[in-house]
Amino acid sequence: MIKIPLLRRGEPYTSLDVALIPHHQTREMFVEVSQANAGLIRRDLRDQAMARGKLARFSTTELVAMCRHAADHFLNDTLLLGAEPQTAEDYVKHVSATTGLPLVMVRKNMQKIRSMLAEMGDVLNGLTRNIDSEVLDRGFGEVEGHAVSFFPCAESLGVVLPNNSPGVHSLWIPAFPLKIPLVLKPGSAEPWTPYRIVQALIKAGAPREAFCFYPADHAGAGEILRSCGRGMMFGDASAIGAWESDSRVEIHGPGYSKVILGEDCVDEWEKYLDVMVASIAENGGRSCVNASSVWTPAHAEEISEALAERLARIIPRAADDEAAQLAPFANPEVASRISQIIDQGLAEPGARDVTAAHRKGERLVSWNGCSYLLPTIVHCENLAHPLANKEFLFPFSSVVNVPQRQLTETLGPSLVVTAITRDPELVQRLVSSPNVDRLNVGPVPTNQVSWDQPHEGNLFEHLYARRAFQRAVSF
Amino acid sequence: MSTAEATLETNIKQSRATLDTWVREVVQWHFTSETGCTFWLDYAQTLSFDPRKAIETYEDLSKLGPFQDEWLRGGPVRRWVPKGYAGRPVYTFETGGSTGVPKSRINIEDFRLDYEAFSATLPDEFFPKGTDWLSLGPTGPRRLRLAVEHLAQYRSGICFMVDLDPRWVIKLLKMGQPKMAEQYKQHVIEQGLTLLRAHDNIRCLFTTPKLLEALCEKVSLKKLGITGVFCGGTEMTQQFHRFAVEELLDGAYFAATYGNTLMGLAVHKPRIPEDNYAIIYYPPLPRAMIEVVDPDNPDRVVDYGETGRVRLTTLTKEFFMPRFLERDAAEREPPCELYPWDGVRNVRPFAGFQNTVVEGVY
Repeated sequence: MIKIPLLRRGEPYTSLDVALIPHHQTREMFVEVSQANAGLIRRDLRDQAMARGKLARFSTTELVAMCRHAADHFLNDTLLLGAEPQTAEDYVKHVSATTGLPLVMVRKNMQKIRSMLAEMGDVLNGLTRNIDSEVLDRGFGEVEGHAVSFFPCAESLGVVLPNNSPGVHSLWIPAFPLKIPLVLKPGSAEPWTPYRIVQALIKAGAPREAFCFYPADHAGAGEILRSCGRGMMFGDASAIGAWESDSRVEIHGPGYSKVILGEDCVDEWEKYLDVMVASIAENGGRSCVNASSVWTPAHAEEISEALAERLARIIPRAADDEAAQLAPFANPEVASRISQIIDQGLAEPGARDVTAAHRKGERLVSWNGCSYLLPTIVHCENLAHPLANKEFLFPFSSVVNVPQRQLTETLGPSLVVTAITRDPELVQRLVSSPNVDRLNVGPVPTNQVSWDQPHEGNLFEHLYARRAFQRAVSF
Repeated sequence: MSTAEATLETNIKQSRATLDTWVREVVQWHFTSETGCTFWLDYAQTLSFDPRKAIETYEDLSKLGPFQDEWLRGGPVRRWVPKGYAGRPVYTFETGGSTGVPKSRINIEDFRLDYEAFSATLPDEFFPKGTDWLSLGPTGPRRLRLAVEHLAQYRSGICFMVDLDPRWVIKLLKMGQPKMAEQYKQHVIEQGLTLLRAHDNIRCLFTTPKLLEALCEKVSLKKLGITGVFCGGTEMTQQFHRFAVEELLDGAYFAATYGNTLMGLAVHKPRIPEDNYAIIYYPPLPRAMIEVVDPDNPDRVVDYGETGRVRLTTLTKEFFMPRFLERDAAEREPPCELYPWDGVRNVRPFAGFQNTVVEGVY
């Protein structure tokens, strides 16, 4: 069996507490993941300044160059996984084995991570708004003729990671060239990606002390977030609750991303069907940037019928099928529970599972030994319906009639909004809305992410603060 | 069969015979009207047999059926006081109680006897007689409070006390106040540190796994002069054991224990490399017995190495508690040279209670 150790300041450590993760299809135990006890985490994190000191010896330019090299290592090289070698193809199969993601989706996510690493210079420019890297290295300098000074708010960034999709790991990587050491708690079924990214960076010359990798239980996750000066937490609504009021922790909860059609474009909705389909179904519908609602001032029934017809073509395929668009659930009980929640919602008046008439059989299917939820479009008569604003880990979307004048006041927190409108007044209202985290104007799929843009907060601003700075002339 | 195996076999049979003899004596005591307690005397009236005649061996205790958790919740607590001990000072100790009525167990001398027996397992080199102790952990209604102090006194020491109220910690966690729980823990640790720094003669420490971790984050036990640590009170994992030995203890002896108010104290088998830091406990036979049973059929003791639910039996003249299903799971461990009777390996909360047990909070 494959064994994954902890990394304590970059050094492998095999714990006597292990979690056994099964293969999603065979249910046979596939990997043994060492688990960190909370006391061990706390003890290691007593001296965070040492790790930061190791990173501070490098210039930002040097660290960005390491990221560029790491991009290639991550994508192509054989890297260490514990004591064993892991090829790039092994990695793809390993991720698929424990998460259910088809190989083709893992490869696409791999490319996302590669591009984030390879284009780290641009990413940092986006996050820092083009501050010269020498200013970052020195901590003070001039930007457009004004004195600036920045200081780190933390000695390390603790990150509690999810299982849903490897691409999400791109979000924490910029902390490395920003000289903030990383303390990572992987998702229980997806230790592969953060471990491989760390190994790629170490191979590229990164000081190993800059990385801690602690698979752990909830207590361990809490310990990481408490012990690090800054944190990022991914999780569902129930998991993030305890940390929502802690400003040190950036929360990445459900996305509730949406496609919104303006009155000016809605009569041409068929032109935008591809954007809606991609927004809902790309990456198996597993990302927080996938749309879970389409809001439209008219034609809701026709749009939902057209979406249902298109999405009903997506069927389960083998993990190695290049045409696979759907991921099975690694835990069949989760699929069953989600389907039950949807059915309970449909029992409330005012909603209809439009896909039911287009697909053969039930929403929850068992195929090739795996459990799948087939794409589901629910037409809701209004926003009050319990399914109107729900997010699930598969291609699911509501289509709701929402008058344009009510759009922004009823929007609620939305990670991505794709607004298909040329109406300057509507665009301005969305621009002004504090509920919109990422805004795409025009037919841009919600899942099309530009990494030089902030995502649920700007990582640079999360890790660094600006201070007033003056220096006497000729001193 | 090697000589060692033959000796072990003989010792196993002997310990079983001792247990059976003791069972007869204890049953005789508890079901005789002059010596028994009201609870068991009343219980005997509901049986179709006389336990004093029908129960001759440990196995025969099954005839009494399982001991019900609820019997210990609420009063009158005097129904548990054996008539044979009438007029003696009675303590009552509690377990549980973070919500609802705690379980109560009466005590007269048992805590002293148990801890005197435990004292014999502590190496004098690391727990020097005549040196003082710090007890850093739950006190209040728990028997630990008096028991650790008695242990110190029995070894000619004086015990300093710092209290931690686990019920409050559990409440804080249930209220979603982990930071407050952490502050409370630090408050306890600071008091302990103050005592350790002020009293040079403290060499021995009782504490819980979580408090040991927290204490060792602040100081080196070696620098404070601590040479022996008696640790218990909550679940202890194999990894914690290794972590403690390799990174926390600075060479101090680690005496892990498993026990509770109801049973007494099970001692840890001394560490050998082959056990790879597994936590292996043996009960204080014949005063108590720990078994591992099939959760779906608690009458079946599982095979050696097999996982099951922990079943406790307390057999003292003060307290008789046959076949009590504990909220723990473990593997059944075979007898060893030092303890020629069944033990348990790697005790942890029983999965069937995962949703209700808040474990390891202190």
